[in-house]
Amino acid sequence: MAVVETRNVTKVFKEGELGAVNNVSLVTHEGEFLVFLGPSGSGKTTLLRMIAGLETPTAGEILIGGRVVNNLTPRERRIAMVFQSYALYPHLSVYKNIAFPLKAQNVPKAQHRQKVEWAAGLLGIGRLLDRKPRELSGGERQRVALARAIVREPAVFLLDEPLSNLDAKLRASAREELEQFHKNVGTTTIYVTHDQVEAMAMGDRVVVLHQGTVRQIGTPKEVYEDPADTFVATFLGSPPMNLLEFSDIIVGFRPEGFLPSDLVPGSKQVTFRYRIKYVEYLGAERVLYGNIEGGSFESKEIISRLSWNMPSGYEAGAVHDFSVAESDLRFFDRKTEKRTHPKPYPWQ
Amino acid sequence: MAVKLAKVKSVGSAQSPLLGAAMFSPAVLYILLIIGAPFVLAVFYAFSDARIASTEIHYVGLENFRSILQSPGFRQALQNSIVFTVVAVAIVVICSTMLSLALEEPFWGRGLVRFLILLPFVAPVSLGTIGWKWILDSIYSVITWVLVQMHFFTPFNAPMWLGEPRLAMGSVICVHCWRLIPFATVVMLAGSGAIPREIPEAASIDGAGFWRTLFQIKIPMMLPIILVAVLFSTVFTFTDMTVVFILTAGGPFDSTQTLPSLAFATGIQGSDLAAGAAISLFLVPVLVAVAFFMLRVASRAEVT
Repeated sequence: MAVVETRNVTKVFKEGELGAVNNVSLVTHEGEFLVFLGPSGSGKTTLLRMIAGLETPTAGEILIGGRVVNNLTPRERRIAMVFQSYALYPHLSVYKNIAFPLKAQNVPKAQHRQKVEWAAGLLGIGRLLDRKPRELSGGERQRVALARAIVREPAVFLLDEPLSNLDAKLRASAREELEQFHKNVGTTTIYVTHDQVEAMAMGDRVVVLHQGTVRQIGTPKEVYEDPADTFVATFLGSPPMNLLEFSDIIVGFRPEGFLPSDLVPGSKQVTFRYRIKYVEYLGAERVLYGNIEGGSFESKEIISRLSWNMPSGYEAGAVHDFSVAESDLRFFDRKTEKRTHPKPYPWQ
Repeated sequence: MAVKLAKVKSVGSAQSPLLGAAMFSPAVLYILLIIGAPFVLAVFYAFSDARIASTEIHYVGLENFRSILQSPGFRQALQNSIVFTVVAVAIVVICSTMLSLALEEPFWGRGLVRFLILLPFVAPVSLGTIGWKWILDSIYSVITWVLVQMHFFTPFNAPMWLGEPRLAMGSVICVHCWRLIPFATVVMLAGSGAIPREIPEAASIDGAGFWRTLFQIKIPMMLPIILVAVLFSTVFTFTDMTVVFILTAGGPFDSTQTLPSLAFATGIQGSDLAAGAAISLFLVPVLVAVAFFMLRVASRAEVT
């Protein structure tokens, strides 16, 4: 097991253009499940590929287990990677796919069968060993890729969107399995995804990336409840955080915190007249789209999210008093879009 | 309404069997006249005593085949054909695999290098070969000149590239490879380009070095396309007579005579049409067997 660290890592693909990864510094914890989360083009995969040794950083240092690995080949870094496409060797059987890293690293042949069976058993693919990759389903392929990664007991696991090729139902169960798998193995894992649900559910900590820079590093709770800037605030959460601009600040609050006034606990709350435009019924919850009536935020679009057990009767066209608790408000600087201290504010 | 009618009519006529047959007929005519008729004629001649400038023709059964099988010239040509084909195809496949892998990685000037490598295939065969005839000439050879200047040889014991049996066969093979390698390289490039980038990357992360990735991952994945290249190269080489005919005309002492050039020399130049046709027919079973074998292997190969 090992800690991965990047120090001011930058990758510029074309000179003169904006880097794909800009000045990223971060450190994993021992045995941690760290998630790189960001929209496509945020540089998360490039960062992962640099840690793997498939791309060379333009500047900065990468350390694995305290050693600078910039000039080491992927082989010497003792990492394992699972690709989005799984990259199984199509001409080799599952057994030979899993044994390939052992062969390549000159593990004595006598140990191959035992190690392959151990890895295959861990992922429940023992009965597939004689098949070829094309005879496997998507979920089985993903497990073979994981088994191939685990078989030589690497210091670090790198996973590049391993669930994105699975259908929605399979994805949920595969996610659970991956979590369980990480608990069993305990290897430091870096996981790249654009799916915030995956990031929140699996990550010990989440690194939110945007345009090649780190916007925030924190536990899922921290990045969700205390976003460092408006990008993180709107990228995480679906529907995203409501943002209201006023003079030099932006005020944000989550849709699930913006509720009918009599449902908001505590006396310190901010209340708006809220006109509902339409309602999305999602079963476990209802999402209300509407706008504020009157006051300094006249006709600002706001989203509210009611859970299934809240009173019904909030229909399109109706106007109600909706409130948000003051403790649920988040303040951002309007220029830098970074988080600032709460400011007293004449709401109406 | 008129438009609608016209439309219906045109659709109807497109479905008429007559138009279909008319559209199809050029292909059928081409195959029948250019390939079918000469083939039938060759089979017919092979069982006859047809000669150029003779008006009489008789059925002689297997007489032609018996006589050519007994002639030392034919055995020599068969042996030469096999040597020529096996050596040339081996060289072509190895070189084109190497070239295609080298040309995969982007480097400065790759476009120009690809263009230069393709050039021999684009040039007319006969012109290219005539160029080589001068390059390998006994008196004017630039290769000999360079070797003499570098004091490897004196002008009096310089190698006769096309005049000594072994050298002549070597020269013919080299020139043929020069012509076929570009074609095979293009075929191979298509094959190596079809390997997803992640697969060699995964191999490198799994700890495989250059050679292991090449021999255990890339080449096995390219195997079907390599077999296609082998098949085409074999057919092109086994049936080729241009290079042999222009460079050596089968000499010296029949040492470069192959089946196609022997058939031409016997049937056309020696005016024994029947024997020439019989020699040509010997190519057919060999080529059918090669094609059958290759296609079988290719269809069995594992690719996703």
